Amino acid sequence: MDRPLGLLAELTYRCPLHCPYCSNPVAVPRTVELALPEWFRVLDEARQLGVLQVHLTGGEPLARPDLAALVARARDLGFYVNLVTSGVGLDERRAVELAQAGLDHVQLSIQDADRTAADEVAGARVWDRKITAARAVTALELPLTINVVLHRGNIGRIGPMVDLAAALGADRLELAHTQYYGWALLNRSALLPTREQVVAAEHAVAQARATHGDTLEILYVVADYHEPYPKPCMHGWGRRHIIVAPDGRVLPCPAAGQIAGLDIDNVREHSLRTIWHHSVTFTRFRGSEWMPEPCRSCPRKEIDFGGCRCQAFQLTGDAARADPVCQLSPDHHLISAVVDASGPQQPLRPRVNPDTHHRQPYH
Amino acid sequence: MTVALSLTDRPQLRRGVRAGTDPLSGETVLLFPEGVLIMNETAAAVVRQCDGSHSVADMVRSVGEVYDDVALDDVMSLLQDLIGQGLLVAGRG
Repeated sequence: MDRPLGLLAELTYRCPLHCPYCSNPVAVPRTVELALPEWFRVLDEARQLGVLQVHLTGGEPLARPDLAALVARARDLGFYVNLVTSGVGLDERRAVELAQAGLDHVQLSIQDADRTAADEVAGARVWDRKITAARAVTALELPLTINVVLHRGNIGRIGPMVDLAAALGADRLELAHTQYYGWALLNRSALLPTREQVVAAEHAVAQARATHGDTLEILYVVADYHEPYPKPCMHGWGRRHIIVAPDGRVLPCPAAGQIAGLDIDNVREHSLRTIWHHSVTFTRFRGSEWMPEPCRSCPRKEIDFGGCRCQAFQLTGDAARADPVCQLSPDHHLISAVVDASGPQQPLRPRVNPDTHHRQPYH
Repeated sequence: MTVALSLTDRPQLRRGVRAGTDPLSGETVLLFPEGVLIMNETAAAVVRQCDGSHSVADMVRSVGEVYDDVALDDVMSLLQDLIGQGLLVAGRG
């Protein structure tokens, strides 16, 4: 049996940004966020399961005033602790507090290399605060990865993005194509780059690596809609990662909550161990027994695991089908029709915050 | 591609990379932003010395004292592999 290596702790769905490519669910049930003692228990149980890394994410994790306490607890347990943030609220005081708590790494999102375009996509005037956040992080010598989500509107500015990341003193730059879940799926026609744009982007990345390769590591997350084979989503369902949603639901993938018929368990009712080993959700697509053709007999089934279950569900209505991104999938026309579409684009719909009850942290 | 590395270099874990312990096996693990590497005993013995103060020659010597069958080539190829993965910097000596 595989053991999970990474825990994605989604602390909240609240976020000060409104990025139209957000992969968080569009419809979030009215929820009460897990309180600090509940997260402490989740961390303890994750450690006992063998998890080595904790990614504190959301929404915007800085929206929780008890974040430093979580970081300290995670670090005490021996986890590598990564904060995934928009940077809004990460001023010098907060950065010092988190660094002292033992934070290992910060992944900071930047929307674009162009300030006006960046703020427009974020739906808020946050550029200066992000730059402040980057400087606060590097001033403390905390390792910094800058993450830019690529889409039709910014993909032509990879060169300036690389220059910006280098100027900010980042250790790594992650250029990640939009993954079409949640709000991003809703906005797909306006976000999806053309084939020509993707080719140009790959060229720009190769060029940037040749120039900056020694000082800045550049990661490029491919545009799966434009690839012949699907991504090895989450490195396999229920194989390496465990996601705990803000309300305590436990998922094999952040987008899995949308799959109809999955009986999703909650840390408020079961232990992580029970859920990882025995829940319907985690066992449903684990391994390769569930696979239909063309995956079942495919030599790539241990490479990409049939692709993404959530993508299969949202495009075909059946999570057990091959990922339509795969050129061998009988549903591949669903992807090629979208990639080749030349019709008018829908305007971008900004993400809006869910109606969430906030539970006050315990004192 | 072979990474250039000399016996006088003093390799160091790259910023953002640190060694930790696997809670299940007790083995040394190398932790970094997007992944982990679980190290065998000899690899762990080498990695623990990657703090910028030990030269490659030091590492070969001290690891060789404990593990008879570890050769210079083994240490070099491990270090080169970790440098190639961006987890270690050579630290020119």
